[in-house]
Amino acid sequence: MKDCYLGIDIGSISTKGVIIDDDNNIICSSYIDTNANPIKAIKVLLKNLKDGFDDKKYKIKNVGTTGSGRKLIATMIGAGTIKNEITSHAVGTITFHPDVKTILEIGGQDSKIIIIDNGVVVDYGMNTLCAAGTGAFLSSQAKRLNLDVKDFGDIAKKSTNPAKIAARCTVFAESDLVHKAASGYKIEDIVAGLGHSVANNYLNNVGKGKTIDSPIIFQGGVSKNSCVHRAFEKILNRDIIVDENGHLMGAIGIAIIARRENKECNFSFEVLNNDFATHTKECGKCPNNCEIMCITKDNVLIDSWGNKCENGAIKKSLN
Amino acid sequence: MIKISFPQLGDYEVPISYILSKCINGEIIRPLPITKRTIELGSKYAPDSVCIPFKYNLGNFIESLNNGCNYIIQAGGGCRYGYYGEVQEQILKDLGYEFKFINISKNNKITPSSLYRNLKELNHKLNFLKFTYHGLLTLLMIEYMDNIDNYIRLNVGFEKEKNSFYELKKEMLDDFFNNKGFISLTKSFMRYKKRFKKLEIDVPNDCLKIGIIGELYTSMEEYSNYFIEKELAKMNVRVKRFTNASYLLYKKKLHFKKMLRRSKKYVKYNLGADGLDNVYRTIKLIDEKYDGIIHIKPFGCTPEISAIPIIQKVCRDNNFPIMFLSFDYQTSEEGIKTRLEAFYEMVKEKRNNT
Repeated sequence: MKDCYLGIDIGSISTKGVIIDDDNNIICSSYIDTNANPIKAIKVLLKNLKDGFDDKKYKIKNVGTTGSGRKLIATMIGAGTIKNEITSHAVGTITFHPDVKTILEIGGQDSKIIIIDNGVVVDYGMNTLCAAGTGAFLSSQAKRLNLDVKDFGDIAKKSTNPAKIAARCTVFAESDLVHKAASGYKIEDIVAGLGHSVANNYLNNVGKGKTIDSPIIFQGGVSKNSCVHRAFEKILNRDIIVDENGHLMGAIGIAIIARRENKECNFSFEVLNNDFATHTKECGKCPNNCEIMCITKDNVLIDSWGNKCENGAIKKSLN
Repeated sequence: MIKISFPQLGDYEVPISYILSKCINGEIIRPLPITKRTIELGSKYAPDSVCIPFKYNLGNFIESLNNGCNYIIQAGGGCRYGYYGEVQEQILKDLGYEFKFINISKNNKITPSSLYRNLKELNHKLNFLKFTYHGLLTLLMIEYMDNIDNYIRLNVGFEKEKNSFYELKKEMLDDFFNNKGFISLTKSFMRYKKRFKKLEIDVPNDCLKIGIIGELYTSMEEYSNYFIEKELAKMNVRVKRFTNASYLLYKKKLHFKKMLRRSKKYVKYNLGADGLDNVYRTIKLIDEKYDGIIHIKPFGCTPEISAIPIIQKVCRDNNFPIMFLSFDYQTSEEGIKTRLEAFYEMVKEKRNNT
């Protein structure tokens, strides 16, 4: 029986899970849409992972969660390790590409840049306040153009003259796009222009003031979109690596962190049989009205958070 | 009957209430602590793209007016904050509130004489001697508060008994408010300083030290920076912050030439508001071997935006970790926590590797 580690990266748009062994080999992995329902997504994900997993050969020793839903999911499945997605991405990438200097990461709702020197993170940036130029923007524009976002790469390849689309703000970009479409631009030029707009937006916002050195790795869901990948290469005038597991890197990273922490947690796939639910309560005891998140397992409260002071604490016994 | 109120700013509500209660013959409506309702009210009636302190102030005013106040004091200067009073007055009047608005800042500046003139209008019996006496007492109170605050900031992360620091501070502020003159205030300060030093702490030798720099309102009003200092304390970090009321009221002026001299490699002239100060602080924190800097500002803060590229260059030249945060009205505390946690991890790794 060999030890292995489960890493789950639950983002706003997609949920990723991997199981790795002691030598960082991926035993099985799954990538699904979150559909704004992390509890349901996690069940589907665990089921997928269970199907590809030989429980006679391996034992899951520790579980790590990362991504925006990390706390909720960790409570649900009893994970031993919870870490932010920036650290997870860095750890995962450095393990597979020890010489990496810059990580460009664009996900569904957020984008980040991580600068690495000698295998240590020395600087990072992350978008604040605004989700412009992320995966969510590309998929909504795909719907507008009546295309599948997965085809963007192939369509943009045909373009000879990418349309210039404003990069500053998604709302402006969108009105630019409508205008360009109405004035007769070819669809491939618009799609290629969108790729450029996302890359420019990224470099002007999170990338501003950062030193981007090679080797550069591009990851996150948007890295699978070759039109954005090509736009980055063109603007930076450098080769950019896209790892085939780039979309899983956060999950791999957190699995590695879970292994390094040398902890054990009681995880079993039996949680699939439990019924989880969340509900929010407004505290109402002072004008701040904290939103308190309660999570129940088979109708028993297992945890709650969100209260700013002790007045709002919801005791487990009181339920 | 005068019922007067003012905007909330961290714990400085105590000294402001003190000087008003001594100089004005009326009731002080102490502003309610900032809550989600404050900012909801403020955002609802403020121009959308104005910076966040405007919205908090406006929310404070509306809550105080609803509590029956009929006089409002506003002050501010240095940047466009100095012109917020006029706009806020008009917005509140348009909402139908009846009150008198007293703007202490004239020509974007606050001076003791302008404060005296304004208070004199409210209380004709006020004489200059009395005003000076209580004014100086208030300044001393602020000085003592900031002194204690600096000690708390460095040590609260390591307290053995949870909340022991903040509880003692609350007690101290009440005592300060009820002082009976210079000697009684100083005695009270010394007594509490001793008690703070007696609070048990457990400081590891290698704890991380992080400096907080940036815009003044978000630095001083903890609600507006999502309690960043408390979050850092939870991670066992020593925190240093430069901006406080005593700095803004008189120390800043004394430091100006020194700051320009120390930063002359990067800055030739004043950047407005606290821009130059923050460049100087960056250099100072690097010299003092801090582990990292967090720069905070409201979204769209112009003086800080012009200081940021310079600060970035200082940090790049010295290979020093820095993180920039912009705040506006939003509820995603999780996002702030994620960035703080990542910054902490980064700084820790860097420390372990050198």
